[in-house]
Amino acid sequence: MYGKGLRALSLATFAALTATFALIFFYAPLDADQGFIQKIFYVHVPVAIVTLCAYVLGGIFAALHLKTHDRRWDLRSYVVIHIALIFNIIGLLTGAVWAKASWGHWWVWDEPTLVSFLIVFLLFATYQPLRFSIEDPERQARYAAVFAVMAGAFVPLNFAAVRAATSTVHPRTFGTADGGLPSQMAWVFVVAIAAIALLFALMCCYEIAAKQTRWQLRALRRRLLGSDAVAPLGRSAAPALGEPSRSAPREGGRGSYPAQAPS
Amino acid sequence: MSLLLAVAPALPLHEAGKYVAGAFVAFVGVIVIYVAIMGVRLQRMSRELTELNRALQAREQAETARAEAAGSAQR
Repeated sequence: MYGKGLRALSLATFAALTATFALIFFYAPLDADQGFIQKIFYVHVPVAIVTLCAYVLGGIFAALHLKTHDRRWDLRSYVVIHIALIFNIIGLLTGAVWAKASWGHWWVWDEPTLVSFLIVFLLFATYQPLRFSIEDPERQARYAAVFAVMAGAFVPLNFAAVRAATSTVHPRTFGTADGGLPSQMAWVFVVAIAAIALLFALMCCYEIAAKQTRWQLRALRRRLLGSDAVAPLGRSAAPALGEPSRSAPREGGRGSYPAQAPS
Repeated sequence: MSLLLAVAPALPLHEAGKYVAGAFVAFVGVIVIYVAIMGVRLQRMSRELTELNRALQAREQAETARAEAAGSAQR
């Protein structure tokens, strides 16, 4: 059934997050410059990295959907971008708190890293309304995939452009001329990235399992009680994998999934 | 745990502490909200599954009764 391995993944995520929090507060040394405030770095930066990687991953899944016309890739792309948006909000919130503590302002508009992260958030925030505005599931999946590919390609370009820009305020984590993080901090940072990535994967798996279970329930209800017993799906931004397509079926039937209940 | 706390350095929870706590609360808070939403969805699916189980049982009982009636009519 769906959600295979969820228990193991949940336990691994819980253990990794607990270990990360313990390492952050009891192992990682205090930063000589920022002191205790720098602890925010171990949450803020991994969340930001995972978010940006997830947007690129969403674009890759969308490209696979365009290539194969398999709507499972559309579902994966949708879920990855959906969870990445949640992580993006966490990144913005933790970043704002850190900025207030460190610079005295919740937000600094002349800082390229912050503004570019906000632009990426606003760009992907239009993904859901775009999907919602298209009623036909086939077209919705296709147009959303094109958007996700373009927006996913924008993320690394945007990242490179910001790195190239000269910034005097926002600190750099990797590849600085000064040498980067001390080894103790770097080790905790790597563990934090792994834990946050695990949390992201877990949330994606839960979301996909929940959606697939819901569709199977609808299909089961349709088989058991007839089509009249199933309320029609309203307009939704989420892909409708188990629902019969409202558009003409694609040649070979690859565009839509038959509504089948588990045998 | 007490051993860990004994060897751990004292955390400077003065001015900076509230900001660090705020950032971690924001992180955990958003995750908790997500988990709560998932919980509500799970409850809805559980209710629907119970309803379907009930409908299936009713259908099976009706089929059994029909089969028994047909069997007695043949005899």
